[in-house]
Amino acid sequence: MRTARTLASAAVALAASGCLTFIEVPIETPIRPKIDASPFSRVYVAGFLPGGTEDVDTNLETVRLLRSQLKNKGGMRIIEADVLPLTEAAKPVPAEGAAAAPPGASQSDADKIVTLAEADLPPYEKIFENKEYWKKVGEEFGSPLIITGSVLFVPHQRSGYVQKEQEVYDSFGRRSVVPVRTYMDRKGFILRPKFVFIDGRTGETLYTETFREEILYNAEQSTPALSSYFELMDRLLPSFLSTLSSQTIRGSRVLLK
Amino acid sequence: MPALKKLIASAVLGVAISATFAQAADRKAAVEQVSFGIDAAKAGLWREATYRWERAIELDPTYAAAFNNLAIAYEQAGLFEKAKQAYQKAAELDPKNTYIKQNIDLFKEINDRANRQNAR
Repeated sequence: MRTARTLASAAVALAASGCLTFIEVPIETPIRPKIDASPFSRVYVAGFLPGGTEDVDTNLETVRLLRSQLKNKGGMRIIEADVLPLTEAAKPVPAEGAAAAPPGASQSDADKIVTLAEADLPPYEKIFENKEYWKKVGEEFGSPLIITGSVLFVPHQRSGYVQKEQEVYDSFGRRSVVPVRTYMDRKGFILRPKFVFIDGRTGETLYTETFREEILYNAEQSTPALSSYFELMDRLLPSFLSTLSSQTIRGSRVLLK
Repeated sequence: MPALKKLIASAVLGVAISATFAQAADRKAAVEQVSFGIDAAKAGLWREATYRWERAIELDPTYAAAFNNLAIAYEQAGLFEKAKQAYQKAAELDPKNTYIKQNIDLFKEINDRANRQNAR
């Protein structure tokens, strides 16, 4: 759109000046990755602390999605190993005399998806600082770059005025579209993943990045949680991938004589 | 006395004329470098183009088009800071040029994106 506008205005300027002193060329601008992954021959997407709704196994789905994206679009060598049961490993040790069960985790049923409440995530996230733990994981897999973190996926609803387009017909039967503000109940999801990149050789955190995306639908619309999860992940994947691999942005510029 | 004044005036005029000729010659050589660079860029030979445009600004540091083109070449190479400086110089030399302004606007979008990435 912007390029089209640029070209249009360039053409107008050319017509006005009446001389050919510019040449439009395509360019490809590289944007460097956020971290240097070259010391690592392989990447291990270990697992994530799942938070929020139990409708989606955000640990398993995120691991699957990131592994396939890194393999196909990031061109990385991925370790296809079991997903780490991070919730278990990260369970905070209860203080003496305190109740043993973690506040948000419920594991009554083996098949049930175990997720943590948003407020309970921070104590579990301390595992990302545990260098010894990650060094051990790294040793097991040949010192790869480890990707872990937490994925909070929670239902969300909001009511308010939204602008919609409405068809109207005048007395001559001519159709036009006008913007109309209507009050709507909407519901959807918020996705807040935190990606932690850990050096498998030392267990040290190299880089951390948190995203937040939300989606809202008409309250009457029934959208499966898994579809919403993938829709939201799709939005942030390019940014996630740019952490490890360089991106190229295609555009055009005007050279002058 | 008037004869001395005449002599000085003609000497000054002579210096000015020769300077103008020298400048014109430099601009002509710079234009050649710029044209060569454009052909190279069109063929995808951006390194060659960069070299030509760097030569052009050495020959004529007031040549806005050369700075504009050089900025584009730096952008293509991912050298954002250098590109920014070259665009700034181009805009300073030819502030009314709409092409330079458009290039700068497009560059800013990418530069902001790269900066956001680095800031995270």
